[in-house]
Amino acid sequence: MKCDACKEIIYKEELHKNLSVCPNCGKHFRLSARRRIKQIVDEGTFQEIGKEIVTENPLQFEGYLKKVELLKEKTKIEEAVKCGICEIEGEKVVLGVMDGNFLMGSMGSAVGERITLAVETAIKKQLPFVMFCVSGGARMQEGIVSLMQMAKTSSAIAKLNKAGNLYISVLTDPTTGGVTASFASLGDIILAEPKALIGFAGPRVIEQTIKQKLPKGFQSSEFLLEHGFIDKIVERKDMKTTIAKLIRLNKKS
Amino acid sequence: MKKQTKITAWERVTLARELERPKASDYIDAIFEDFIELHGDRNFGDDKAIIGGIATLNEMAVTVIGEQKGKNVKENMERNFGMPQPEGYRKALRLMKQAEKFKRPIITFIDTPGAYPGMGAEERGQGEAIAKNIMEMSSLKVPIICIIIGEGSSGGALAIGVGDKVVMLENAIYSILSPEGFASILYKDSSKAKEAAETMKITAKDLKKLGIIDKIITEPEKGAQNDFDNITKSIKKYLIQAIRKLKKLSEEELLEQRYQKYRII
Ligand SMILES: [Zn+2]
Repeated sequence: MKCDACKEIIYKEELHKNLSVCPNCGKHFRLSARRRIKQIVDEGTFQEIGKEIVTENPLQFEGYLKKVELLKEKTKIEEAVKCGICEIEGEKVVLGVMDGNFLMGSMGSAVGERITLAVETAIKKQLPFVMFCVSGGARMQEGIVSLMQMAKTSSAIAKLNKAGNLYISVLTDPTTGGVTASFASLGDIILAEPKALIGFAGPRVIEQTIKQKLPKGFQSSEFLLEHGFIDKIVERKDMKTTIAKLIRLNKKS
Repeated sequence: MKKQTKITAWERVTLARELERPKASDYIDAIFEDFIELHGDRNFGDDKAIIGGIATLNEMAVTVIGEQKGKNVKENMERNFGMPQPEGYRKALRLMKQAEKFKRPIITFIDTPGAYPGMGAEERGQGEAIAKNIMEMSSLKVPIICIIIGEGSSGGALAIGVGDKVVMLENAIYSILSPEGFASILYKDSSKAKEAAETMKITAKDLKKLGIIDKIITEPEKGAQNDFDNITKSIKKYLIQAIRKLKKLSEEELLEQRYQKYRII
């Protein structure tokens, strides 16, 4: 395949061996939840939470559940987030990983419910919570119920804060809309992969509003770092170690 | 007030957006006494799309916040059509934290086409500002009542819309985004906004059925401006009753009840 950033030809196996990062230019390609978990979690330690929570159709939106069924078959996942208890370099955590292949990682009732349940599990078991975000925002097909997931997940994070648990939020390409405007922006520590698109409004909406083109790099991880909204940009190869280190440092007090 | 029957969702969208429809400041002036507006987020600026301050409701001090649209083009330019910037939400949060400190109930009036999607808003963290308000509102230790008076659109509405009771005027709408936006994303055709409005469940009646809101304030057929006195009277009556009940709860009960309100959706 051809890298869409540097136009070099790269081999699939080589790309996967390199954590789906272009060996030539360092572009971080999007990851499925399955691959992400494989990269971050100690082998054999992931125990899923909330797998039984499935998509609902509160608007009775025509064709929605059918589309979800087709996607499930294609992507081999049941919803746009996978949560579980696991170990990262031996540190026990509750982990949430979103998947952009499933309706652009959008948050509907199942995603909101799974994340809330994961946060509540972290509180109950007194574990740190780590969330990998990738999302186009709220899931339109579920209407207002999706909007309410922002309130539900953010309320759970408020409880987590009160309980004193560490929350590390990791923003990956792209993180926008209702996910940016809820749990993604609420981490004690917010990390981001390089050159991810992160924002509330999408670039096209902004361009339509201001009637001009956005400058290059607007709403990138680097832009957010400069404006004070994330703590650190971390390359994929260093992500696991960085998270584990932060968890260990946080225990020392 | 006569019960409305055959108004379509799209007709309500039109009513909710009418220039003549009463705005947040009209309700604040009519319902409360001694309103003193307070300005600024103590950080960047004063966003005129959000107003807020202290007032009394039946002798009780309260904090009042509202998304403020204009009633004409000039005022709308000044108010940015009721589309807040991050500093607007941060002003609202500052005033709500102040309310908590002095144990004042909080009342918010929601009326916005959405948070402003501009470059400055992104540079100053629109997403973070909304997220923080939502999180903080879920754990403020005073009663919060949110009233959707016109358009309640997207995270821009929710950023002052998390509370113990959420109330809607009969012709107000509350939605994840505008019907036009919904139509252009899901039907790939923004001219299908009418159809979208019917599908989206954005009317007070639909939202009450879904359990998203707690109460509907009835309006006359042609909109709130045609019977403003009665509407403000019924809002006032409701606020006094609801706050009295909420004040009987302990802080823990209040917060747990608020948590469960969203937990079950
Ligand atoms: Zn490349």
